[in-house]
Amino acid sequence: MLVPLSWLKEYVDIDVTPEVLEEKLFSCGFEVEERYQVGKDISNIVVGYVESCEPIPDTHLHVCMVNVGADEPLQICCGADNVQAGGKYPVALVGATVYATARDHKTVEGVMTIKKGKLRGYASHGMLCSGVELGLSEDLYPGAGYNGLLVLPEDTEIGADVKELTGLNDWLFDIAITANRPDCQSIFGIAREVAAVLGKEVKMPALDYTETEVKKEGFQVTVDAPDLCPRYSAHYVYDVQIKESPAWMKKRLALVGIGSISNIVDITNYILKELGQPMHAFDCNYLEGNAINVRRAGEGEKIVTLDEKEFTLSSSNLVICDGVKPVALAGIMGGLNSEIRDTTTEVMFESAKFARDNIRKSSRALGQSSDSSARYAKGVDEYATVMAMKRALHLIEELECGKVSSTHADVNTGNSLEPREMKASIRKINGVLGITVPEEEILTILKGLDFAPEINGDELTIQVPAYREDMEDYPDIAEEVIRMYGYDHIESAFMPTAKVTLGGLNPVQKTTLKIKKALCSVGVFEGMHYSFFSPSDLDEMGFAPDAPERHAIRLINPINEDLSLMRTTLAPQMIHAMGRNQKRGILDGRIFEVGNRFIPGELPLTDYPDERETLCVGIFGKNESFFTLKGIAETVADCLNLTFTYEAAQKPFLHPYQTASISCNGLEIGYLGKVTYEIQKEESMRVSAYVMEIDLKSLYPYYGISPVFQPLPKFAEEKRDLALVMDKTVTCGEVESCIKDACRFVTNVTLFDVYEGQQIAADKKSMAFTVLFTPDEEEFTTESVDGYVKTILKKLGKTLNVELRQ
Amino acid sequence: MQNLNELNEKIASIKQEILDNADALKSSRSVYECRKTFLDSKKGKIGQLMKEMRNIPNDQKADFGKAVNAAKEWAGQFFDELDEKLKAEEQKLRYESEKIDISMPAMRTRYGNLHPITTVRNQLTDIFASMGFSVYEGTEIEKDYYNFTALNTPQDHPARDMQDTFYLSPEFLLRTQTSAGQIHVMESQKPPIKIISPGKVFRSDDDATHSPMFSQMEGLVVDEGITLCDLKGMLDLFVKQIFGENTTTRLRPSYFPFTEPSVEVDVSCFQCGGQGCRLCKGTGWIEVLGAGVVNKKVLENCGIDSERYSGFAFGLGLERIAMLKYGINNIKLLFESDLRVLDQIDD
Repeated sequence: MLVPLSWLKEYVDIDVTPEVLEEKLFSCGFEVEERYQVGKDISNIVVGYVESCEPIPDTHLHVCMVNVGADEPLQICCGADNVQAGGKYPVALVGATVYATARDHKTVEGVMTIKKGKLRGYASHGMLCSGVELGLSEDLYPGAGYNGLLVLPEDTEIGADVKELTGLNDWLFDIAITANRPDCQSIFGIAREVAAVLGKEVKMPALDYTETEVKKEGFQVTVDAPDLCPRYSAHYVYDVQIKESPAWMKKRLALVGIGSISNIVDITNYILKELGQPMHAFDCNYLEGNAINVRRAGEGEKIVTLDEKEFTLSSSNLVICDGVKPVALAGIMGGLNSEIRDTTTEVMFESAKFARDNIRKSSRALGQSSDSSARYAKGVDEYATVMAMKRALHLIEELECGKVSSTHADVNTGNSLEPREMKASIRKINGVLGITVPEEEILTILKGLDFAPEINGDELTIQVPAYREDMEDYPDIAEEVIRMYGYDHIESAFMPTAKVTLGGLNPVQKTTLKIKKALCSVGVFEGMHYSFFSPSDLDEMGFAPDAPERHAIRLINPINEDLSLMRTTLAPQMIHAMGRNQKRGILDGRIFEVGNRFIPGELPLTDYPDERETLCVGIFGKNESFFTLKGIAETVADCLNLTFTYEAAQKPFLHPYQTASISCNGLEIGYLGKVTYEIQKEESMRVSAYVMEIDLKSLYPYYGISPVFQPLPKFAEEKRDLALVMDKTVTCGEVESCIKDACRFVTNVTLFDVYEGQQIAADKKSMAFTVLFTPDEEEFTTESVDGYVKTILKKLGKTLNVELRQ
Repeated sequence: MQNLNELNEKIASIKQEILDNADALKSSRSVYECRKTFLDSKKGKIGQLMKEMRNIPNDQKADFGKAVNAAKEWAGQFFDELDEKLKAEEQKLRYESEKIDISMPAMRTRYGNLHPITTVRNQLTDIFASMGFSVYEGTEIEKDYYNFTALNTPQDHPARDMQDTFYLSPEFLLRTQTSAGQIHVMESQKPPIKIISPGKVFRSDDDATHSPMFSQMEGLVVDEGITLCDLKGMLDLFVKQIFGENTTTRLRPSYFPFTEPSVEVDVSCFQCGGQGCRLCKGTGWIEVLGAGVVNKKVLENCGIDSERYSGFAFGLGLERIAMLKYGINNIKLLFESDLRVLDQIDD
């Protein structure tokens, strides 16, 4: 919120520098996001008196001798049409900065520095300035709107600082207001805080006015929706004369970025900024039925707002109606039908409190907003509602633009505007803070905030002003005290009263981290992707319409369609990541992600979905293969002291013959495989990619199990290499299991060579295995191991038609 | 052979022959062959001399034997020395032939890295674990009640607005803050409570500095007599470990619905030491987290006696810490899995 220092000073006697004021505000909870001078870009401008002004022949230029209060006058060339001898104008001295303007002399095109120059052979030591060149508008300084030199009053002192003269030396504070302090969403609200923090009195704006006997007979205000409008004040003003606002009001509005329109409209805008209360003025000539009615809109009811936009409303929108039709979209914008015009002679002022949630929702739903709706969305208090009406009526009189009638209404739900009493224990207040704030400090601080505090023993009694709706309990008082007393009084302690607790990761968290570190050790980098993905990802992966992956939770309000589904698989984003890397020229890499898959029960959700922690690994590069990825799966298995088994499987996005499911103790926990060539192409991949998913949540039961030591074999183990010949269709896995099943002493079978070619039959292949025999009670002899090999070969021959290679 | 003289002559000639042959011996292998020619017990030239023993008069037999053995010893030593010399030369040649260009690239398995967020999370977890905090991970999908209502965020609070929160149903949403975990912990566990709750959170924001998903870590302490001073003390310890020993903290008033009082916590700029620089925008301070004394209504919502117990809570953004610590300039880089980025943060 923009707060001009000059305006603030109307309510508080500020005797500190803008820097100190910024620090004070910051320390009591009001962060000044920006502090700058109104004329921050303008420097070195003084009042100059044109002593002589001679035209330069054949040009529109004049050469002037200008007294700027120095020993010698300056020679300055000037092209403005209103320059004349005897006039006083702003002079930008050499080295001054002013705004550069376009050819139209109106459009600002940046900042320029004045240098010595020469025009048509005449030296020029400075520049006579227009209002625009100083950043002044007509509202900020009367006369500044003229497209020519800014004429300064005759009585101004030659050589005086023009910034000071025109208010360009004023300061603007852009202050962030926290959501709990809507009462500070105004300049007066900030003034109350400034007064408290500086220990000054706050000066109330004038609220007095005189009601005449003139009435608007029979005028009625009714509120049909008190839940959305707890207070509605209306006051009738007549003999209205629409004219310009006075310069002081125009200037203040201009400082906070509001253009002046007319006295009545300006009064409403002025009060919005001054007191934080949105107001509205209806032209009574256009109100029918001599009544105001606040109600929910009918379904399909229409209104055209001031900006000539038409809206079709529903019962969730609140409207202000006259006796016949809607005349305003409550809290958002007035209707075009009853707007203030040049011909307006009687006005109905509105000052109301509307429920902030309703205004915010309506504003968003209709796509219509205004300064008023933005203000209502933050919350308005009824104290301000009532005060604002008085202020408006006072301004009507002060600006002499109308007469205040005795016809008014204040429809409310009975909320008190008087301070409410609150009691709290000093001990508890200090207990929140952990320090003992001296009682005198507590009293001074709370008095400064208008809480009228009294202390009786341990009991503190305060009177909470009606605008402080945030004050509920003693922690709120503690906060008020400490923000004014200063957080630097808080001393570091380390929970001297707390019990000792054991900290750290639980077994699942520890194991997840262990898996991540194991993956790092085999060259896999951890990535992180969003928990939501796109329906098009499911299409790209080729999931069938009834695939479980399509049973996904939809966001009601996603940022866009690409981020609209909670992911049911981590693979699509991993595949995108691999594609992205390849597009950026990285042609080999390994990435993993540990994240949740979201498996809903019913849709829409009626209960928490199953969030399944899942590992996804993606690898790509010319040295990668199904088997390097399988190696990574084995790393995970090793890490958990588990054995994974693999079966050929199918996935729509994976190679039909290079895909396997992964199981652990009979439970399927994931898959791995090569990404199909179609998808590789779609992703502009230049090298093949492989992807694996393992559902870690199904492995939780195995997490954190300490391994049990197996005693070493008492006798030496024996190894035998077997070169076998078999049909090409026989798999390594089948041979391995057959060998293991054939002899109980076999503890490991490892493939070490595969051969297909001329030395064996065309439909055959050769596989060579190392078989490890581990003895238990008895030592092996050559003969006993030979016997086991014979048994194994016999079983291989019988079940798989596998023979020893000759 | 009849006598010792003949033997001595023979030995002398054999010695000479050995010496003559020696020049031609250039490898350990040839030494071995040559040695066999002379010293093989059966066929060797010296070995065969023993066969002559039978022709030698008995009284000379002892001397004969000594002489042959002396020759054997001499020849053995000769070949040993020659062999040793040649082996040394061969070894030298082998080393020379195996000279490599040590500037050629290493052959290795790369070591992957944890994600910067995981790394920061681990660092924070270690610090808090040592202070007795356990780690609670809530769910990403949360009930409105836990994310807002129980955290004293009234129904019409701007933070609940559809613009900020992703809703999945009227009741379920994507948690906007890890604070949601506070309530679950306090409902299921009675004081003393010391937890941190790291995790992903979601807000409907998507621009250069905002990501719709980011990570937070919530901290909560509830016990008897916990005050703002304890919060300050814990934060002082924590920031020193994360940002360096000389880091100090500053509390300033702020507002969160679930804490009262609420504070914003700034740390002295670890780049300029508080002098003012680009990182701290000239202020000397960097905003790192929000915190406060747990609102007694929140305790009461969880059935905790607010007369007896009090607590503090804090929450920080892990991306922000990671970006500050590593100088990462764009939050989106953290979610793209670009290996050129992931390769850089190894901490």
